[in-house]
Amino acid sequence: MSFLSLRRSETVIALVLIAAMVLIGLINPAFWSLSNLFSLARSNVIVGLMALGVLMVMISGGIDVSFPAFAVAAMYLTIRAMLAWDWHGVIGPFALATAIGFALGLVNAFFVSRLRMIPLIVTLGTAAAVRGGLLGLVGTSQINIDRMPQALIDFGNTTLITRAGPGGTHFGLSAMIVVYLLAALLVHFFLTHTLLGRGVYALGSAAEAARRVGFNPTVIVFAVYGLAGALAGFAGLLHGSMIWLANPRDFVGVELDVIAAVVLGGASIFGGRGSVLGTLLGVFMLVMVSNSLILMHIATTWQRIVVGGIIIIATTATALRDRRQIV
Amino acid sequence: MTAPLIELRDVSKSFGGVRALAGVSLAIGRGEIHCLAGENGSGKSTLIKIIAGVHRPDEGTLRIDGDEVTTLDPITAIGHGVQVIYQDFSLFPALTVAENLALPSEVQARRRLVSWSGVRKRARAALARLGVAIDLAATVETLTTAERQLVAIARALISAPRLLIMDEPTTALTGREVARLFAIVRDIQAQGIAVLFVSHKMREMLDISERITVLRNGAVVAEGAADGFDEATLTRAMTGQDFAAQSYRWTRQDARPARLELRGLAVPGVLAPIDAAFHAGEIIGITGLLGSGRTDLALTLFGMRPEYQGEIRIDGTPVALRSVAAAIAAGLAYVPEDRLTEGLFLTQSIHRNLLATSYAAMTRHLLIDFARAHADADADAMMEQMRITTRNGDLPVVALSGGNQQRVLIGRWLMGMARVLILNGPTVGVDIGSKADIHARIRERAREGDLAVLLISDDLPEIIQTCNRVLVMHRGRLVEECDTAALTDTGMAEKLKALS
Repeated sequence: MSFLSLRRSETVIALVLIAAMVLIGLINPAFWSLSNLFSLARSNVIVGLMALGVLMVMISGGIDVSFPAFAVAAMYLTIRAMLAWDWHGVIGPFALATAIGFALGLVNAFFVSRLRMIPLIVTLGTAAAVRGGLLGLVGTSQINIDRMPQALIDFGNTTLITRAGPGGTHFGLSAMIVVYLLAALLVHFFLTHTLLGRGVYALGSAAEAARRVGFNPTVIVFAVYGLAGALAGFAGLLHGSMIWLANPRDFVGVELDVIAAVVLGGASIFGGRGSVLGTLLGVFMLVMVSNSLILMHIATTWQRIVVGGIIIIATTATALRDRRQIV
Repeated sequence: MTAPLIELRDVSKSFGGVRALAGVSLAIGRGEIHCLAGENGSGKSTLIKIIAGVHRPDEGTLRIDGDEVTTLDPITAIGHGVQVIYQDFSLFPALTVAENLALPSEVQARRRLVSWSGVRKRARAALARLGVAIDLAATVETLTTAERQLVAIARALISAPRLLIMDEPTTALTGREVARLFAIVRDIQAQGIAVLFVSHKMREMLDISERITVLRNGAVVAEGAADGFDEATLTRAMTGQDFAAQSYRWTRQDARPARLELRGLAVPGVLAPIDAAFHAGEIIGITGLLGSGRTDLALTLFGMRPEYQGEIRIDGTPVALRSVAAAIAAGLAYVPEDRLTEGLFLTQSIHRNLLATSYAAMTRHLLIDFARAHADADADAMMEQMRITTRNGDLPVVALSGGNQQRVLIGRWLMGMARVLILNGPTVGVDIGSKADIHARIRERAREGDLAVLLISDDLPEIIQTCNRVLVMHRGRLVEECDTAALTDTGMAEKLKALS
């Protein structure tokens, strides 16, 4: 299988991506400015981290729409805990947020695997319950920059390169991109080099056959929903530290963007197919297109239409691809 | 004498009160090709699953190499050298051939990490052992059925099995592929591996196996060396009945006009003008080679070729069959060849499937009046008439065997008060016992239900036994018409051969 073969979905997405970049650059050359590219890279981080989780769930043959709720819960609970206990540091809070997301993900896994319920319904339900519980039991007040823990703000502000912009301002390439790529590398290793990861593909490709071969579907389902939750929890807190704000009503509608990105990246809604590289490209494509609407002088209200359109087109394209190969 | 590789003694198994196996004993020797014969629902699958450790027997013992094994689960069964190739092959369509081959052994070795060079090496060795060449990097979904089967066999051989169980391995293969498969099975046997070949195709079983065990209704009814069987004894053992070749007789008793009369019926470019008359109570076989136009004739009568020319009369009255609705209203019923995709609502209940064409008659002012129509009672009566094996009309059709599904489909049209029933390949994929019973039902309905039946089939013995008259079609024209009483299978086959 050649790396550049057109039969690889990744190659196709990469070509479409390049074409889109050229097109946007022609309409507004400001697209190629360093500050725009840096801000584009930064916008990839949160959507991308969540997409990695959704990718794993989708390959296993499931779907997850609860991760934005889990991300918000992990972020808000962790920051509230940091304020309440006067807790400083970065590693501890991120570990806590990740753990909260992981635990919530296991709840999804329990319903999907033990009670054999439909993933979409389960995760819609847990999402609503977690959001409601957070607002009802923990609080509705936004934590603004004045009360945000300084350690988090500093961490979220770390840059790799800084450049002086016009008028004495500075802009930089967020170091969070490294965190994102590191997570992507780990997920890639998990999916392609561990037997559990191959089990995710096997389960999504043919559940009964996976069972007969000796995979334990319960373990796989718990692993993917747990990891998706963990990634969401981590991404949630990271989001808070990057925007210096903890809003318990944040992340509404993000599930659509993330799922669109994963499907755009070539993952199959029927399971069994998908790759980290494809997802990275899909996320970049989606973020780039929605961020560039302004550059292309298109009203931002069109953004949702674009996302919806991408979901339908990408899903149709992958479904057609899968159907052609099955026959 | 050494103990047999696997021996089952007096094994019984029930599922929710239904006895699937009753006191079954079976011994498979080392390196033996053993055939497990039986019709659908005879307990073959249950027996395989007991040997594979999927089900645990309620009673009885299982010995491997003479030692009693009390706890057998799929993993320990594999450890004892039992490999099963299921009918669906249990492959992963989206994964590559290499990974499909290597994955099971990696899982069984309880590895944590995947070594891709090791995967490719093992996969290459596995295919080399079978002597076949398949692209390792291709995904399984791009392979043909025969290639997929080879991958499944190669995969099973990786774990050095001592018994390979093949569940209905020839179902989806062409004649040449079956021959190749048999050569491979013999090759596997030469490596000292026993093969349990599960089938209901008699010729194949007699061809390949050394010993045959026949199951019927969950019990062993015959067992012995393959040379001791022939097609007749096997059929008798599998079905418990003799199927004497006695064709259907029909004589005209009244002077009513023909039930269905075709006067110069033609479809430009498809059917040349046909004149024919079919009477109530008749069963008329229609046969011909591929492209003979026999299915087009059926579709024309069912209103799906609205451009037809000529005249169609039912009971002497001219009718215009320009749409399916018009054809149904005129009393035509068509049971298509592919019942799974064209005819049945698989996940719906038997009752609903039976009533599917009757709803219009039950409807008043847009609402279905179930009570007025005594729909359930009628559906139950039809289940009885068609001898569908379950009494529970709420069961989904997908839970029934192929033969029973076909009865539901035929029964549906009989409920709709059809006057002409067109059956296209009514027993394709149905086992012998069911087939004979479906034929009996068709005859009974033709006689008692005052129906004209058109039976389209490739199966010449079926046509000769079930029909009183046969029409031979070729390239869109009706080339011959004769009484089946004057025909034999071979005579009919000669006629068809002469056409090609």
